[in-house]
Amino acid sequence: MFKEIIARFNQGYRTMEFPSPGLKLPSRGLGLPKVKALTALAEQACPYGAISAGPGGGFDMGRCVFCGSCAKAAPESVEFTAEYKLCASAREDLVLGAADFKRAEPVAADLRRILGRSFRLRQVSAGGCAACEADCSVLQTIGWDLGRFGVQFVASPRHADGILVTGPVTKNMELALRKTYAAVPGPKVVIACGACAIAGGPYAGHEECVGIPSDIPVNLYIPGCPPHPLTILDGILRLIGRID
Amino acid sequence: MSIPPVLLENIPLLSGEEFAESVTGKLRSGGRAAAFFAITEESAFRLVMVIARDAQGRLEIVSTMAAGSFPSLTAELPQLHLFEREIYEITGLRPQGHPWLKPVRFTGAAAQPGVAEYFRVHGSEVHEVAVGPVHAGIIEPGHFRFQCHGEKVFHLEIALGYQHRGVERRLACGPDARSLHYAQTLAGDTTAGHAWAYCDTVEALAGAAVPARAQVLRAIMLELERLANHTGDLGALAGDVAYLPTASFCGRLRGDFLNMTALICGNRFGRNMFVPGGVNFDLDAALVTELKLRLDAAFRDAEAAVALLLKTNSVVDRFDAAGLLLSDAARGLGLVGPVARACGIPLDTRRNFPFGPYHDFTLSASGRGDVYARAYVRWAEMQKSAQLIGSWLAALPGGPVVAQCGPLKPGAAAVSLIEGWRGQICHVAITDAAGNFRSYKVVDPSFHNWMGLAMALRNGEISDFPLCNKSFNLSYCGHDL
Repeated sequence: MFKEIIARFNQGYRTMEFPSPGLKLPSRGLGLPKVKALTALAEQACPYGAISAGPGGGFDMGRCVFCGSCAKAAPESVEFTAEYKLCASAREDLVLGAADFKRAEPVAADLRRILGRSFRLRQVSAGGCAACEADCSVLQTIGWDLGRFGVQFVASPRHADGILVTGPVTKNMELALRKTYAAVPGPKVVIACGACAIAGGPYAGHEECVGIPSDIPVNLYIPGCPPHPLTILDGILRLIGRID
Repeated sequence: MSIPPVLLENIPLLSGEEFAESVTGKLRSGGRAAAFFAITEESAFRLVMVIARDAQGRLEIVSTMAAGSFPSLTAELPQLHLFEREIYEITGLRPQGHPWLKPVRFTGAAAQPGVAEYFRVHGSEVHEVAVGPVHAGIIEPGHFRFQCHGEKVFHLEIALGYQHRGVERRLACGPDARSLHYAQTLAGDTTAGHAWAYCDTVEALAGAAVPARAQVLRAIMLELERLANHTGDLGALAGDVAYLPTASFCGRLRGDFLNMTALICGNRFGRNMFVPGGVNFDLDAALVTELKLRLDAAFRDAEAAVALLLKTNSVVDRFDAAGLLLSDAARGLGLVGPVARACGIPLDTRRNFPFGPYHDFTLSASGRGDVYARAYVRWAEMQKSAQLIGSWLAALPGGPVVAQCGPLKPGAAAVSLIEGWRGQICHVAITDAAGNFRSYKVVDPSFHNWMGLAMALRNGEISDFPLCNKSFNLSYCGHDL
């Protein structure tokens, strides 16, 4: 008993302040891209077709796996900042072009009244590499303490207000995803977490993957491969209107 | 380690009978199947087996031609059971006499995931518990069937394949701009391990010499990965026996190790660090100092957290004799990594097949095969990892961090072995006449070890499953590929 108390004292208070003005990704981290003039060189450097040059083109953060190939090949086109706030409410908002990035907006006022102070999520892992899962899971540790915001990952979809999907949704997980979604009582929300869930990520175009079915509407997109926990937390809290 | 590439025509091509005889002889006299797969020839298949002679630190490759079917060796050599099932699923070559040719990843057009025949135990008070694919926590999908009598588990059967996303199949179409990212995401928590194994095969085929500084930086990444995962798992083990102090301390400390990785390459999982020929990021004096400070602080806290865990009687009582796996079973199934070492099998790729800067590596950690042994071995490995990183940071070799890595040697095979935090990772690349991949085989340690978890549950209590599972903490995506 006493040794636990001493250890607790030595470990100290570890929960970070969030949101806090100075927060950003590590200095070598790749966050929100600053899109300058997209050139053919940048377009060719991306193995995932995230960049289209020319008029009407743009940088699709949904397809980006944040490997930095484009910025390396064409620094005059793209530059990655240390900004972690990357989430969007609509798929098309993830395409960065001439206009300013439109960040995620809260759910409608009636839903916000229900979810704003108590939000329960069922995580569904559907393909992918389990790195997104690890960075969702870390939010439950004392450093992040997701519970202080009234947000919790729960075991049963019956107890959930929505699902958080990771992975490219393999053929082998499609049915399980559908059943889990169907088991969540309405009104419910869907979060696509990570490049895979948004657009297939590294596995885009694979015949083994089907993506989130179009009849499961997505309310929040969290880009990244995997997204930093800061990005995930920011997205979830924006969705339920806890920060703006 | 990687062996110098062998020309395909120099790989012994045996007749069917010679192959069976040779493989049986080798696997019974201390050999272990590190990889067994089929490559397509004109009108048939060529079965290739990489045999690791752990005690001698030597690799052997043998092959044979097969069309339609081949004689199964599983009944004699249980470690081949999953390899043979995998070959059947991918190529349709039937291993004649395989005791139970079940799907591995449910890949056929008509296959439905998890829908297969399961081993059933009958009796008036016997019941079956089915769990998954969607589990209670934030965890990957898999389906588990327990045959129980009250609390007692007679048998556990594990059906995977839900994470099958075609990554190995697509990797074999390389090397191209996507290959490295595929390697990094074979198992997301083993990015350093798999990326290193991939780079190693490519470098062997290209004849590239990786600079000493890059080798050490790679090893720092690999050991940080081990530290982060072992710390996280020890915390989760504490959580599974409701010992919350260590659970919460280790949850935070795992993040501290991941953040050290991010300090080096910008990503908490080590993405973008490895590149064929070396590494993408170097350390300057300020970063080295920062890393040393962080390592010392995090390791000191980890030491205190783990000491609490392993010195608390109620914890030791729960860990002791839970999930017992005997060393004969572990050896027969060809298990690898900390799980095998905890059963007293002295296999560590860093020592038996040294690679990178591990030429003087020594560590003997052993145990009697229960949850306690698996926890203890992990703690012993954490101490070693911290010590290695500390000594490398104190004396980083000078020079460049990346070397030119040119075209690959045509018509050759290269094997690479890396000790990831879960155990031995084996990659085998075979090139065609143009120097592109003709076949790329990935064997994640979980591929060997899942059966070990099923065996560890036998005659245990079903309520011990979370604890046993966490003591293995195997990868679903690394198995499903």
